Amino acid sequence: MTEPLLDVANLRVAYPSHHGFTDALRGVSFALGRERLGIVGESGSGKSTAGRAIMRLLPPKARVSADRLLLGDTDLLAARENEMRAIRGGRIAMVLQDPRYALNPLKTVKAQIMESCRLHTGASRAEALDRTLAMLEDVHIRDPRRVADLYPHELSGGMGQRVMIAMMLMPSPEVVIADEPTSALDVTVRGQILDILNERVEAQGAGLIFISHDLPLVGAFCDRVLVLYGGQVMEELAARDLGRASHPYTVALNDSLPPLDHKVDTLTVPDHDPAWLVGQRP
Amino acid sequence: MTETNLSRDRPSLRDWLEASTAASPGQARAQSAWRGWKRLVANRAAFAGLVVLVLLVVLAAIGPWLTPYDPLSQNLQERLLPPSGRHWLGTDDLGRDILTRIIHGSRITLMMAVLVAVIAGPIGLIVGAAAGYLGGWFDVVAMRVVDVFLSFPSLILALAFVAALGPGIENAILAISLSAWPPIARLARAEALTVRRSDYIAAARLQGASPLRLILRHVLPICIPSVVIRVTLNMASIILTAAGLGFLGLGAQPPSPEWGAMLASGRQFMLTNWWLAAAPGAAIMIVSLAFNLLGDGLRDVLDPRDD
Amino acid sequence: MTAQTPGLEIEHLGVTFGRDAAQVHAVQDASFQVASGQSYGIIGESGSGKSTILRAVAGLNTEYDGVVRVAGAEVPVPRDRDFFKVVQMVFQDPYSSLHPRRMIRATLMEPLEIHRFDRSDDRIAGILRDVGLAPEFAYRYPHQLSGGQRQRVAVARALLLEPQILLLDEPTSALDVSVQAGVLNLLDGLRRARGLTYVMVSHDLRVVAHMCSRIAVMTGGRIVEELDADALRAGRAEEPYTLELLTASREATAPS
Repeated sequence: MTEPLLDVANLRVAYPSHHGFTDALRGVSFALGRERLGIVGESGSGKSTAGRAIMRLLPPKARVSADRLLLGDTDLLAARENEMRAIRGGRIAMVLQDPRYALNPLKTVKAQIMESCRLHTGASRAEALDRTLAMLEDVHIRDPRRVADLYPHELSGGMGQRVMIAMMLMPSPEVVIADEPTSALDVTVRGQILDILNERVEAQGAGLIFISHDLPLVGAFCDRVLVLYGGQVMEELAARDLGRASHPYTVALNDSLPPLDHKVDTLTVPDHDPAWLVGQRP
Repeated sequence: MTETNLSRDRPSLRDWLEASTAASPGQARAQSAWRGWKRLVANRAAFAGLVVLVLLVVLAAIGPWLTPYDPLSQNLQERLLPPSGRHWLGTDDLGRDILTRIIHGSRITLMMAVLVAVIAGPIGLIVGAAAGYLGGWFDVVAMRVVDVFLSFPSLILALAFVAALGPGIENAILAISLSAWPPIARLARAEALTVRRSDYIAAARLQGASPLRLILRHVLPICIPSVVIRVTLNMASIILTAAGLGFLGLGAQPPSPEWGAMLASGRQFMLTNWWLAAAPGAAIMIVSLAFNLLGDGLRDVLDPRDD
Repeated sequence: MTAQTPGLEIEHLGVTFGRDAAQVHAVQDASFQVASGQSYGIIGESGSGKSTILRAVAGLNTEYDGVVRVAGAEVPVPRDRDFFKVVQMVFQDPYSSLHPRRMIRATLMEPLEIHRFDRSDDRIAGILRDVGLAPEFAYRYPHQLSGGQRQRVAVARALLLEPQILLLDEPTSALDVSVQAGVLNLLDGLRRARGLTYVMVSHDLRVVAHMCSRIAVMTGGRIVEELDADALRAGRAEEPYTLELLTASREATAPS
C-alpha cells in the first residue's frame, strides 16, 4: 500500500445533550488504501456515524473533530460546503441500505444515473446515456435499455441495489462507502450484489469501506476489519482472522451467533465490559 | 457526591419527576407530562401563546371586578372619548368604557371557542377514527357527508345554519360546531388509516379485543394529538367565525359586548374615532395569534419520544 | 417432548390476494403438522408467503382456504376468544408491535381485562420476571425501552393468557446479534419450561436451525421441502432451492 486514499486520525463526533456532550465516536483512526475495509459493530456502535462524518453528512449540531481527515490531499474537515458538494458523489460515493428509499421515486433509472454522470463529469446528454447503459451492463443487468426506463418501485431489491451501485460508481469515485448495502436483500441475492460491488470497485481502483452488523459477511468479503463498540475501535484485524479474534467483544459477538454446523444448547450473550471504553475521553 | 446524597435523603418533587425509572403508574404519567411541559417551555413562541391565553382566562374570570364601569349602561355625556387615564381604551358611541366591554367580551369569546371545541372535537374524532379503522360502507357514508360539509367555506356554512336557526349566541355556537367537525373527522381518519394495519393493532386483536375497544383504546390515542393540535389551531378561525357572525349581526346581539359585534358597531366611526374598531380588532388578533402559536408548539409537546 | 400429540395441523392452506388479473397466490396448498411441545420452523425469503401462513393461522387474515386444527379440533373463522387463549403471536418488529402511547402496564393489562383474569398486577410482575425484566418496566413507555426489552415485553404479552402455541414471526430479525442471542435463549427456555409449541418463521437459516427441530422451506408461496434440523445442518437437502439457501448462508461463514 502506497499513499492512502483516505486517512482518518482520531475522529470524534459528539452530540449536545442534557449534560454537555454525548460521544458518538471517540477517536477512530484508520487509513484506507485500494482495499476492502470492513467496519462492524452493533447498533449504537458508531459505525454509520463514521461513514457519515467522512462524508460530512451529519446534522449541523454534531460536533466533529479529528487530528486528520484527508481524502488524498484534500482536508475534508476544512473543505467548504460547496467543495464538499463536488466531493460527495464525485470523489466519495455512498451506497445505502435500501434502494427503495435512496432512489428518487419520481424519476426513471436512466434519468437518475444520467444526472449523476452529467453533474460530476460534465458529459453531454448523448454521452451520458451511452455511459449509463454501459454502466448498467457493468453491474450485470441483462437488458439495460429496458431497465433504464423503469421507475424505482418497478425494481426488485437486488435490481434496485445494482442500479444504486451503477449510479454511485458512475463518476469513478476514489472511495466508496457502503452502509449495510445488502441488509435489505434476500440471502440468495446478497452474494451476487457483493460480487458486483467488489468487481466495480476493483475495476475502478477505488477503496471500499464496508459498514455492516454482519460479522460473518464482513469476514468473508473484506480484507481488513475494524470492530467498533461504543464509538471506539475494539480491535483491528485481517478479515480472515475474524474467527480467531482476541478481543473479548469480538469473541462474544462471534459466539452469540447461532452456529450452522452444530447444535448448541444456549447461545452466549455478550457482556459489555465498561472497562473497554475507559481511558479515552478526558 | 455529597450533594447527590443530600438530595437523596429528601427527595424533592423534581427528583421524583426526573427519576430515571418510575415506580408507579401515577409517577410514569406525571413524568410523561413533565417532559411535555419542559418541551413546551423550551418553545418560546408556544409558551408566549400559552401565557396570553392564561392571562385571558384570568381576565375573563376576575376582570369584571377590576373595572369600575358597567359594560352595558350608557353614559351619553362621555360618548366617543379617546383613550385616556380614565378610559384606557376610550369609550364608544353610547359612552360605554371599551376596556370594560372587551373584558366582559372575553368571557363570550372563550365560552364560544371552548364550547365549539368540546362539541366539534369529539364528534370529529370519533367519526373519523371509526371511519378510518372500520372502512367499508361506514367510511364511504361518513366521508361523503364530510365532503358535502367541506365543499362550503365554513363561514358561509355557519351563516346558512344561523339563518335557519335564527340569530343568537347559542345558535352561533351550534352553527360553528357543525361547520368545524368535518375537517377534524378527515384528519382523524387519516391518522386511523395509518395505524389500522399496524402490528400493535394486530396484537390487540389477537388478545381478543373487540372493534369498539380497538377504536377507543388503541386508535383514538393515536388520533388525539393531531386532533388537539388541529383544534387549537382552529380556535383562531372559530374566534374569527364567531366574530364574523357577530359582525354580520347573526351571532351575539347588541348590546352584548361580543368582540365581533363591537367591531361591527365601531366600523361607522372608523375614520373619526379609530379606537372603537381598533380595540376589539386587536383583541381578536392577539387571541387568535396566541392560539396559533400554542397549537404549533403542541406538536413538540405531544410527541411521546424523549429528546 | 411428548411425541405425536397433535398440537397444530394445517391442511391445504391457500391464501390469495386481489382479484382477476391482479391475483396473487401468496400461499398455495401448504400442509404441515406440529406435535405438541415441538418447535417448527418455516424458512423463506421475502415474499415467499411464510408470514402469510402465520397471519392466516392466527386469524388476522380470514380469507384463506384449507383447514387449521388446534389439538385435533378445527378452529372457527373468524376466531373466537377461546382460540386466543390457546394460540398467541409475537411480531417481527418490536418497534411497531407495542402501542407507542400506552404504558407497558396498560398493554399487558389488556389481555387480562378482556379475558377477566384475576390478580392482574401479580401476573404482570410475574410474567415480566419470566422474560427477564424488572417489575418497574410496567411503568415505562415503549420509547423508553431498547429493542430487546421491547421484544421481551411482546413475548410477555403473548404469554399472559397462558397459551400452548406461540407463532413467532421473525422475532429477532430487527435485533442486534448479541440481543438476538438473549431473546432466542429466552424463547428456548420458555418453551422447555412451559411445554410450549412454537411455529417460527424466519429468513435466517442459523436462527431456524438453532431453534427448531423440524423445518419447512418455502419459496413462491409453496412449501418445497420439509426436513429435520440435523439433516439441514448436514446439508442433506434434496431441493435445489434449499441447497442454494444453504450455500448462500454458509458462504458468509467460511472465511475466504
